Amino acid sequence: MSRLVPFLAFVVLAVLLGFGIWWNSSHDPTAVPSPLINKPAPVFALPTLNDPSQTVSKASMLGKPYLVNVFASWCFACGEEHPVLMAESKSLGIPVIGYDYKDDPNDAKAWLAQHGNPYSVVITDVSGHTAIDFGVYGAPETFLIDGAGIVRYKRIGPLTPDVIAQQLEPAIEALQHSAPAPGRGAGGGEGVASL
Amino acid sequence: MFASIMLIVMLALLATAAIAQAIDPLPFRDHAEELRFQHLTSELRCLVCQDEDLADSNADFARDLRHKVFELMQQGESDDQIKQYLVDRYSDFVLYDPPVNSRTWLLWFGPLLMLLAGGMVVVYTIRKRTRAGTPAAPTENGDDW
Repeated sequence: MSRLVPFLAFVVLAVLLGFGIWWNSSHDPTAVPSPLINKPAPVFALPTLNDPSQTVSKASMLGKPYLVNVFASWCFACGEEHPVLMAESKSLGIPVIGYDYKDDPNDAKAWLAQHGNPYSVVITDVSGHTAIDFGVYGAPETFLIDGAGIVRYKRIGPLTPDVIAQQLEPAIEALQHSAPAPGRGAGGGEGVASL
Repeated sequence: MFASIMLIVMLALLATAAIAQAIDPLPFRDHAEELRFQHLTSELRCLVCQDEDLADSNADFARDLRHKVFELMQQGESDDQIKQYLVDRYSDFVLYDPPVNSRTWLLWFGPLLMLLAGGMVVVYTIRKRTRAGTPAAPTENGDDW
């Protein structure tokens, strides 16, 4: 019996190792969970890329759900994400705001001219100050904000067709079922609620 | 000769390291404030380069957060308030010292549990051997692997 103890201890350690490997391969260990989920989005008011005298603010967006997609012309992964947005942003059924993060507006314009513009409007945060309020630490990042201004879902890293189909679309669907009028806490849950 | 060349090279490297430290100068009021800033930013994680603290990271993002920390310090916020400000936006992950709460108790007390479990195995083994009349540290019964 006591001779089994070292073997059992080995088995326990092996199982822990296996679990660790599985956990790290099925989760992105560098993704930081956003503390903003199901909390009010930060107040923002940022100039649009095409006409800096115009601003888009949290207040001006209240009433309908929308997506905020953080990108930059210097961001490599945004280039991977871009064709996906070009193909799918229109079919999401909600406005997709491009959030140009710490970027030269001219570079952003050239980038969008070259690769296409999937956004309903593009806002610019050259200093990156507002992005700190959003907890942005890289690009691309995507936030789903509901009509009451509550963050319902966040994606860190590129949107892929799979992520859109399995996470983003169900989250949007849940919003439209739970609350036609802006209302807090009706359904929602963890952002990916059941249909 | 070779040694003196090496010395010069190393001194030159040291000098560039010192310059690198001064790349991002902030207008501190006094040395105490600078020390407080250094201490605080060394406890905060740069989220882009996750194995570096804010104080040492050259990432653009780390510089932005350093400036934010500095700005909040100028507004008279305490260290705890500044940490809370960042935790509200970037979660506990931004802290190098994770707080003790229901999600982290295994992290904090797990090692202690392992130690206790090991201790119990040792005590159990010694008791059993003592009861069986064998010495606690057997030397000649072939069981001393």
